Amino acid sequence: MSDELKYLARMAAAGRLNRRAFMGRAGALGVSAGLAGTMLSSAVYAQGAVKGGTIRVGIQGGSSTDSLDPALATNATAAMLNKLWGECLVELNADGGLDLRVAEEYSSSPNAQTWTFRIRDGITFHNGQPLTAEDVLATMERHAGEDSQSGALGLLQGIDSMRAEGRDFIIELGSPNADLPYLMSDYHLTIQPNGGKDDPANPIGSGPYVLKEHEAGVRTVFEKNADFWDADLGNAETIELLVINDDTARVAALQSGQVHMANRVPPRVASLVGRAPNLTVHSEPSAGHYVFIMHANTAPFDNKDLRLALKYAINREEMVEKILFGNGSVGNDTPINAAYPLFEAMEQRTYDPEKAAFHFRESGHEGSILLRTSDNSFPGAPDASQLFQQSAAAAGITLDIRREPNDGYWSEVWNNQPFCTSYWGGRPTQDMMYSTAYLSTADWNDTRFFNEQFDQLLVAARGELNQDTRRQMYADMGTIVSEEGGLICPMFNNYIDATSDEVAGWGPSKGFDLMNYMAPMKMWVVG
Amino acid sequence: MNPALKLIAQRLALGALLLLAVSALIFAGTQILPGDVAQSILGQSATPESLANLREELGLNEPALTRYFDWLGGILVGDLGTALTSGADISEAVGKRLSATLFLASVAAVISIPLAILLGLVAVRYKDRWPDKLISASTLASISLPEFFIGYLLIVFFAVNLGWFPSLARINDGMSFFAKLEAVFLPALTLTLVVLAHMMRMTRAAILNVMQSAYIETAELKGLGSFKIIARHAFPNAIAPIINVVMLNMAYLVVGVVVVEVIFNYPGMGQYLVDHVSKRDVPVVQACGLIFAAIYIGLNLVADVVSILTNPRLRHPK
Repeated sequence: MSDELKYLARMAAAGRLNRRAFMGRAGALGVSAGLAGTMLSSAVYAQGAVKGGTIRVGIQGGSSTDSLDPALATNATAAMLNKLWGECLVELNADGGLDLRVAEEYSSSPNAQTWTFRIRDGITFHNGQPLTAEDVLATMERHAGEDSQSGALGLLQGIDSMRAEGRDFIIELGSPNADLPYLMSDYHLTIQPNGGKDDPANPIGSGPYVLKEHEAGVRTVFEKNADFWDADLGNAETIELLVINDDTARVAALQSGQVHMANRVPPRVASLVGRAPNLTVHSEPSAGHYVFIMHANTAPFDNKDLRLALKYAINREEMVEKILFGNGSVGNDTPINAAYPLFEAMEQRTYDPEKAAFHFRESGHEGSILLRTSDNSFPGAPDASQLFQQSAAAAGITLDIRREPNDGYWSEVWNNQPFCTSYWGGRPTQDMMYSTAYLSTADWNDTRFFNEQFDQLLVAARGELNQDTRRQMYADMGTIVSEEGGLICPMFNNYIDATSDEVAGWGPSKGFDLMNYMAPMKMWVVG
Repeated sequence: MNPALKLIAQRLALGALLLLAVSALIFAGTQILPGDVAQSILGQSATPESLANLREELGLNEPALTRYFDWLGGILVGDLGTALTSGADISEAVGKRLSATLFLASVAAVISIPLAILLGLVAVRYKDRWPDKLISASTLASISLPEFFIGYLLIVFFAVNLGWFPSLARINDGMSFFAKLEAVFLPALTLTLVVLAHMMRMTRAAILNVMQSAYIETAELKGLGSFKIIARHAFPNAIAPIINVVMLNMAYLVVGVVVVEVIFNYPGMGQYLVDHVSKRDVPVVQACGLIFAAIYIGLNLVADVVSILTNPRLRHPK
């Protein structure tokens, strides 16, 4: 790369050359726009974080019905709020490992059944009260309690007992779980004074920002917490979250400079947005996936040949291209992809009308198959269903599509009807993903998958501390789900976020969109 | 008793009765929505235990009739209850949203009503000549475009390309009146374009109707100027149908603007209602439904009363 280009990037980063001019000069030197953009952002990054200023975020996924109780958080806005005013024991980092937050260290007994978290000294809540191991204990008790409505209740079910000893918070598990610390990074498990038992929806936490104004589903204003223990986290002085659920309104707000970043740019406009001179689109691989789910215990899907027929009858590449517009990768009928630690690739299943026709004949099924879908089951689900209908028709399989209303889809269709479209967000570990939806006893076993061998492997892998053995066990589980399961997973979707050139500091992340919802605090306003 | 007063009293009583009937309908309607509030609150993250816990807490196990009378009793003393989902006081939240909606509606009404009537008068004055045709064609074109399309067009030109007005119509307590006015300019303009044609055409048709009358001919023969005839002689006699259509459009500006609210991300009643419908937050849906119904019935009452008062035959029956 030429020195001239590097010089130009430094100039642009220092604000002595505007972005448009830089891109133009870079283009003249024969550099692609994508590469030039990357160079510019790394040059800006090298300048270092700038403190102060206001960052405004346009976010999709928030409603005026939202409560501030972290236990009840179900959408992107609520999760981001939790992370701004509160903190968990640990936080997922960009390598798929864990960063220490409220916990300053953690360790387990050799059998991974007793876990000890040492609570960081000197952390205070926004009300000045010190954060103690007792608060952590109370928080976990509230989420794991019998009358809990917490979204993290399922995660905490393996816990036998918990206690606080001095600065230590100790968890005793009923059976070993090598991944327990990952569970503690769940955004519901934000540490509150006395666990929020007194006033669950009071946003007093120990996070880097203090909530100043809040109107649910509309707008929330935060100010930097001057007493925050970690000087590195949190750059802007003020963060303003605006809930903008309409895709076009969100993109327009970004284009007209009313917000500095936005999540969930629709795939079909991502490339157009990226062409705007002052915007950068970040299409980041994720563990989220768009799926067709069959109940493996309900006729006709209780027949393995029929399930295989449908798995061979779907054209995965076409879906990635036409539904995600290239912003994603093909799936392999398991919920796991390279975003997970301990991932082992297996042979890719591809569209094969002949094999599909063969298995369909073997299944002995006659007549058409009803597929239910809706707009909100994933973006483009009705279109994807039609693509599936066409590719299946080439194998002699007739799919009838029924378009269900968005309203009530999650209560009436998903997890009720035997064949429908749906989506899954990722989980930090393979164990969490499989335990959430593929274990026989899982509450959300939405493919009605009951496989003894799979269950045994899953439980055994939790207590296995040898990483290589564990990797192999997860690979075996993936094979079982892909062969036997009711999941047709054609694609993993990327997170598509966009930022304006008035902010910098975008970096890689794992977890959720907008840098695992931490972009507002990790990015900074360009001087 | 003055017969006009009696008529008005009758209308008010009918309105109240209608509102009661609507309340029963709203309550029944919300009971037959598919889905379950507890499931909707917890979404995909619901587990059977957390569902059962939440249902118990929300009192969903009580019989419907008991809940209707509890609700009605509460409303009569001004208590709209609390939202099931967030536990917030509905009266307080609705108050904020309603004032935002009314603000936007008033700005749109202040622009559109005089404009529509003026354009209607001009169209009559130059009937079948180019000003009439231009006015009709342009207002009919704007009503024919879906409002989301008009909204997006205005955003592209005035917010993204020219940068004159914000694309997000954000208002909050800390803003001055003029800042608020600037914030809602684009949605108000969208609404104006949507309602203009209806009122303008009605004004034109009503006045043209009156223009056939003998007394207009008399006025013409007296040698009055044509605009004066329209404004002084025809318009007062055409007020009843015009006021009806104006009120209908004002009601639309209050209760029918959810699409515009979504496009401009305006924190009004429509968006608030839709959020709560999708979460099956029945008390809020009922409260919003009732408020909308009250506004609708109220504005129609005003139209009726004004029609009565402007009509000498109704004012002084034989």
